Amino acid sequence: MSLLDKDRIFTNLYGYQSWRLDAAMARGDWDNTKALLELGQDKIIDTIKASGLRGRGGAGFPTGTKWSFMPKEPKPDRPNFLVINADESEPGSCKDREIIRHDPHKLIEGALVAGFAMRARAAYIYIRGEYIREAEVLFAAVAEAYDKGLVGKNACGSGYDFDVFVHRGAGAYICGEETAMLESLEGKKGQPRLKPPFPAGAGLYGCPTTVNNVESIAVAPTILRRGAAWFSSFGAENNKGTKLFQISGHVNTPCVVEEAMSIPFRELIEKHCGGIRGGWDNLLAVIPGGSSVPLVPAKDIMDAPMDFDGLKAVGSGLGTAAVIVMDKSTDVVRAISRLSYFYKHESCGQCTPCREGTGWMWRVMERLRTGDAEIGEIDMLQQVTKQVEGHSICALGDAAAWPVQGLIRHFRPELERRIRERGGDTAPMQEAAE
Amino acid sequence: MADAAAIPDEAEVRARWGAFQWNEDSKAKRDAILSRYPAGREQSASIPLLDLAQRQVGAETQTQGWLPVPVIEFVAREIGVPYMRVYEVATFYTMFNLAPVGRFHVQVCGTTPCMLRGSDDVLAACKNKGLIKGKTTPDGLFTLTEVECMGNCSSAPMVQINDDNYEDLDYDRTIAILETLANGGTPKPGTQEPGRHTVEPKGGPTSLTAMVTENHDYRGEWNVASQGADA
Repeated sequence: MSLLDKDRIFTNLYGYQSWRLDAAMARGDWDNTKALLELGQDKIIDTIKASGLRGRGGAGFPTGTKWSFMPKEPKPDRPNFLVINADESEPGSCKDREIIRHDPHKLIEGALVAGFAMRARAAYIYIRGEYIREAEVLFAAVAEAYDKGLVGKNACGSGYDFDVFVHRGAGAYICGEETAMLESLEGKKGQPRLKPPFPAGAGLYGCPTTVNNVESIAVAPTILRRGAAWFSSFGAENNKGTKLFQISGHVNTPCVVEEAMSIPFRELIEKHCGGIRGGWDNLLAVIPGGSSVPLVPAKDIMDAPMDFDGLKAVGSGLGTAAVIVMDKSTDVVRAISRLSYFYKHESCGQCTPCREGTGWMWRVMERLRTGDAEIGEIDMLQQVTKQVEGHSICALGDAAAWPVQGLIRHFRPELERRIRERGGDTAPMQEAAE
Repeated sequence: MADAAAIPDEAEVRARWGAFQWNEDSKAKRDAILSRYPAGREQSASIPLLDLAQRQVGAETQTQGWLPVPVIEFVAREIGVPYMRVYEVATFYTMFNLAPVGRFHVQVCGTTPCMLRGSDDVLAACKNKGLIKGKTTPDGLFTLTEVECMGNCSSAPMVQINDDNYEDLDYDRTIAILETLANGGTPKPGTQEPGRHTVEPKGGPTSLTAMVTENHDYRGEWNVASQGADA
């Protein structure tokens, strides 16, 4: 069954109407938020748990459970913090931008509700530096909320003091990693921290901190208003709720759209994107969850359900639900090589396997693109991706390895064809070390 | 690092920027920035203050702005941390320009989602207007940089020029924007696709159609059973 407009959370997604407070309130935001807070911390967390909401930033960790990790009795000198990850930089992802510039009050209200539930003193919204106009909207929206007493001292008349601050980044993909974001918030280079300690124990300024994606936070008030059962009525088991899908690449009408989780890929594309450019027979492959997940060939993706488990079953992942569609005109090796360049550019340089490996992988990918390589180098590249994967502090190393692995897994004949056509050898050269 | 700009730190730079101070406008903004962080955590303001300083330099030089070494030193003193702690931040984040740029910093997104939709054509248009990657045009008007994903993937390809995004580009639309800027005009920011509002499907939204004409409140329909609920 398909999602009806009345069940869509982000009703001003396309910005046809004003983002200002009065317009947002007319749409139902900040509607007796005090009553939501009066549910109490435990009830809020239980409702979010029962709704089945999984983190929308890519990893899909259950949001309610994450909130419950925060200390129940924060010490005065070590307050709890909520950090909201609006550093949306994953290639293909463009949903948080629409929330921030068209529905910012959903986010700010969510910050209050979530921050209250985890007994936080303040929320920092870390927005990526390149979202300049979006940050202007967010600053103004926060100021509106302060003016009306919705946040700040005695927020919404609840007796709870809660601040919301906006912090702009300055252009670094890695700051989307939660501990790198905390480093950056503290005014340092965005280099991820070793875990443990996890942020819930020692995060921002050494205080207990939870980092959540914009979408996870912004849906919370609506879930509380409409009930966990409503939210969990969408999507397959373990993959509940509605989700913002961002479709880019070779579809007829790329767009951002809110749909029910587990919607089949074909239905998503037919309903909102006008089909694949050149028809379904022209589909080559899809990256279903942002650049960090492996691509999926056409035959596997066509009828796959768009959710965490369904995409895992086809060897990929939902990630941020950034669907990058490639038709048969695509130079697929170049497409992946460009992602390798992205990771080379964005590696923070802290861990050697990632710093050296991302550049190495990109250089080999560029040679594979032109076919200027030997067949045996495909296996060597595969081995190197395995040496990068899992050997760095954060997941950027993994994220750089997976697209390359996906390419080799599904398009090895194409790589070999290019090498042969360029006159490369047909038998791998033996190596002395063997 | 191979393509990193050489960082100018000569006598002329020091002579021009050694006496850098906040202007009145920046002072107010600095106070607002510092008020967001707890006492003793002024270092948190390093990124916002560097951005503020770059913007002030930009306003004084009629460019997008950049960060001369004496200005970075000034910011370090403002927040009471060693120069190196701020310098390493300035070099780590790509939005800080370590060398002068032109009036308009043309940042073309070249990552895969934009590439699939034709960022090659956007770069070709820039090239044919005389823009060279990593360089500023002789008239000081344009600096071209290829940047990584800017998060406008559903309206790709795109370019960010100073503070504004121009989306749904192709060769001709890119040329038109560059020419408008060169002639002192202001191109319409956002999508360049005629009839498209933001990121709805081209040709009109496939959902939330009631929102197009009025600020529709869906709450009245929340508890109404779905018509002919297709299970």
